[in-house]
Amino acid sequence: MASAVKSELTAELRGFREVQRLSYECAEAVAAQLKPGVTEREAARMQREWLRERGVRDWFHLPFAWFGDRTAFVNFRIPLQFFPTNRRLEPGMPFILDMAPVHKGYTADIGYSGCLGLNPVHDKLLADLKDHRELILREVRERRTLREIYEDVDRLMVRQGYANRHRAYPFGVIAHKIDRVKERRWSPTLFGFGTQSLKGLASDAVHGHRDGWSPLWSPYKFSDHPPRPGLWAVEPHLGFRGTGAKFEEILVVTDSRDPGQSAFWLDDDLPHVRRWAEGL
Amino acid sequence: MPMEGARERWVRTGGIELCVAELGDESRPTVLLVHGYPDSKEVWSQVAARLADRFHVVLYDVRGHGRSTAPAPLRGGFTLEKLTDDFLAVADAVSPDRPVHLVGHDWGSVQAWEFVTVKRTEGRIASFTSMSGPSLDHFGHWIKQRMTRPTPRRVGQLLGQGAKSWYVYALHTPALPELAWRGPLGKRWPKILQRVEKIATGDYPTSSLPTDAAHGTWLYRDNVRARLRRPRPDAYAHAPVQLITPTGDAFLSERLYDDLERWAPQLTRRTMPAKHWVPRTRPDQLAAWIAEFVTTHEDPAAKAPATAPRGTYAERFGGQLVLVTGAGSGIGRATAFAFAEAGARVVAVDRDGESALRTAEMARLIGAPEAWAETVDVSDEQAMEKLAEKVAGEYGVVDVLVNNAGIGLSGSFFDTTSEDWKRVLDVNLWGVIHGCRVFGKQMADRGQGGHIVNTASAAAFQPSRLLPAYGASKAAVLMLSECLRAELAGQGIGVTAICPGIVNTNITATARFAGVGEEEQKRRQKQASRLYGLRNYPPEKVADAILRAVVRNQAVVPVTPEARGAHLLSRLTPKALRALARLTPPS
Repeated sequence: MASAVKSELTAELRGFREVQRLSYECAEAVAAQLKPGVTEREAARMQREWLRERGVRDWFHLPFAWFGDRTAFVNFRIPLQFFPTNRRLEPGMPFILDMAPVHKGYTADIGYSGCLGLNPVHDKLLADLKDHRELILREVRERRTLREIYEDVDRLMVRQGYANRHRAYPFGVIAHKIDRVKERRWSPTLFGFGTQSLKGLASDAVHGHRDGWSPLWSPYKFSDHPPRPGLWAVEPHLGFRGTGAKFEEILVVTDSRDPGQSAFWLDDDLPHVRRWAEGL
Repeated sequence: MPMEGARERWVRTGGIELCVAELGDESRPTVLLVHGYPDSKEVWSQVAARLADRFHVVLYDVRGHGRSTAPAPLRGGFTLEKLTDDFLAVADAVSPDRPVHLVGHDWGSVQAWEFVTVKRTEGRIASFTSMSGPSLDHFGHWIKQRMTRPTPRRVGQLLGQGAKSWYVYALHTPALPELAWRGPLGKRWPKILQRVEKIATGDYPTSSLPTDAAHGTWLYRDNVRARLRRPRPDAYAHAPVQLITPTGDAFLSERLYDDLERWAPQLTRRTMPAKHWVPRTRPDQLAAWIAEFVTTHEDPAAKAPATAPRGTYAERFGGQLVLVTGAGSGIGRATAFAFAEAGARVVAVDRDGESALRTAEMARLIGAPEAWAETVDVSDEQAMEKLAEKVAGEYGVVDVLVNNAGIGLSGSFFDTTSEDWKRVLDVNLWGVIHGCRVFGKQMADRGQGGHIVNTASAAAFQPSRLLPAYGASKAAVLMLSECLRAELAGQGIGVTAICPGIVNTNITATARFAGVGEEEQKRRQKQASRLYGLRNYPPEKVADAILRAVVRNQAVVPVTPEARGAHLLSRLTPKALRALARLTPPS
């Protein structure tokens, strides 16, 4: 039974892994084209076009791009401020590309941090994200409640001297569930979010509300439950005095009793993981 | 009387002889110090001594001053053109093939602005550090601009500087200033300087003062009217300029330098809380800033790094030594970072060595030229004394001290054991006392100003039945700061009490709750952390308030809106606060 579930999952997981890889390829391709003077809007459009050319028609959310101190969400008060602006990239500026395409019905949601030229603070932030990736996986395997894990991530950030910037996201989430999405001929977006994906999230929220869990991984009481099997797009976001850095990738949670199988990162061959492995 | 260790020589130019003194190795970059009015080159003695081990330091008596001879007749002998001739003659004599680094104070700076803005000195000046002496041409344009378009603010600025320039008008009266200087004023001048400008007497002013001051009146009479009436339109600096502005200068308004970037494109600004005679009262800071600026601009190809800290705080704190206790987390850490960002050198002190190390590491990343971590418990007197010794020996005298370390304790008075009391008072009060004693003493002994910031709390004026011990300790810190402020005011050392209020730091996670079991302890810590998290006032804002308070030398600074509200109420209707104090929150 267990093996059947697993093999069935792997076929599905392969689909998710493919679209996640595609997204990171897109991020790297766009990042390589960024040069001084490019605006956030242009960077967002570059991501959109790159992915559309490769068959993406629907989105969990449209691509975002943040430059400079907007990577740390400095002075963000309303969600509209997340949308790309005409801020221009300058040498030494950090940037974040964040996109969530739906490809062949599979969703990915990724975040890619980089900087134009040298920025030691940014390098440090990126390096320190490694501990967060390890901490989250370890505690999910221990089946701690999502709220507790959130607080532990928070504490680690404070110890590192950083501010928690995922708190600025809607509902302050560090992660959210993602799922397969039906492919429709017409896939409209609402405030940058794909309506199909929103529908999925909303139905999860309704079901979850009945059963005492939530598709949003937040610091609030509704996240006071152990990790729910499924795919979670995890996005710890560090901020330090006007410089921000994050990664976002899919964490697979299963109901397996084997700790190693109960939770794992969907893909370990991603730019930030490779960067840590190279000891940069 | 020659200066200690100085080699003297005479330079002849335009019919007069200038007395030139040199210190230090001649192969090093030449730093040329020009004195003001009514001074002679001895005004620089302390700064020169501090620069002599790294640079070739040259000083000269301006014509008619000190041991240089005076032109005859005096009238027309002190024009800026002739003073430029003197400078070129001295520069050619002491550093024939390399440009010199100019430093001017008061009239020395006024002249040096002329040197650095006229064509014929191009290539002879590598950099210029100006203090308390604007270019007469820039000044002339400044006045003109404000006269032609007199908005209320501009009129205010004109009147303000107009009042500060009273002595300039006085010096234009014929004969009387000379009589005064050679008579009673010359005799009383040292006393006046000591009382008004807080300058320690000693080898300064020299015995030549009455003649210097009498001759020097011609500096004003020969130049001021002519230049202010017809300022040169092309007075652009052809060398990088560092402007050091003493904020307490009785003779020059800070506003004079508002549009200076127009005239000096490569401008570095510095400010210091001091009066007019900074070469006498702040030699350490001046020497440090001059040395840094000269070193940066010694190689003409090298430019200032792009990441160099900028802004008001960088002007004030660049290169200063700042020590923060409790710098491993929360407000202390944020404060250390804020100072680091302003380019200060930071000593991060915490009883948790690892977190202090982390603070120092991050501080270096964001702009601190140097940062160190020290593991010390502030309540330990001997450890604090040892720390002070080490800091003074290895890093220097602390310019800004932030006594921030503190712990929380909540609970009814009768649940608070004497052990609890001891712990809270040891850290919150004795920690501050030790800090002020050991580091404040070093500051006072140095006699070159400084600032002490003590972290009190809104609980210092907002009573609460929940915080008897914590509130008492913080109220003590507040009053201690106020008393110390009164005592140190005369020595140019400011003392500030910061009262943050509810700030999202981990003080809640380490706070103790008196009279409850371990389990309940944990629960309440968690609950308090959550409440503080919901309030979510970031420690960075407190850090910003601290830097601002140091710049403005504020006495008591409540930070969060609720702290400010409580502070206001404590003065308007203390009864309301007493009513609030009786509330018990649901738990």
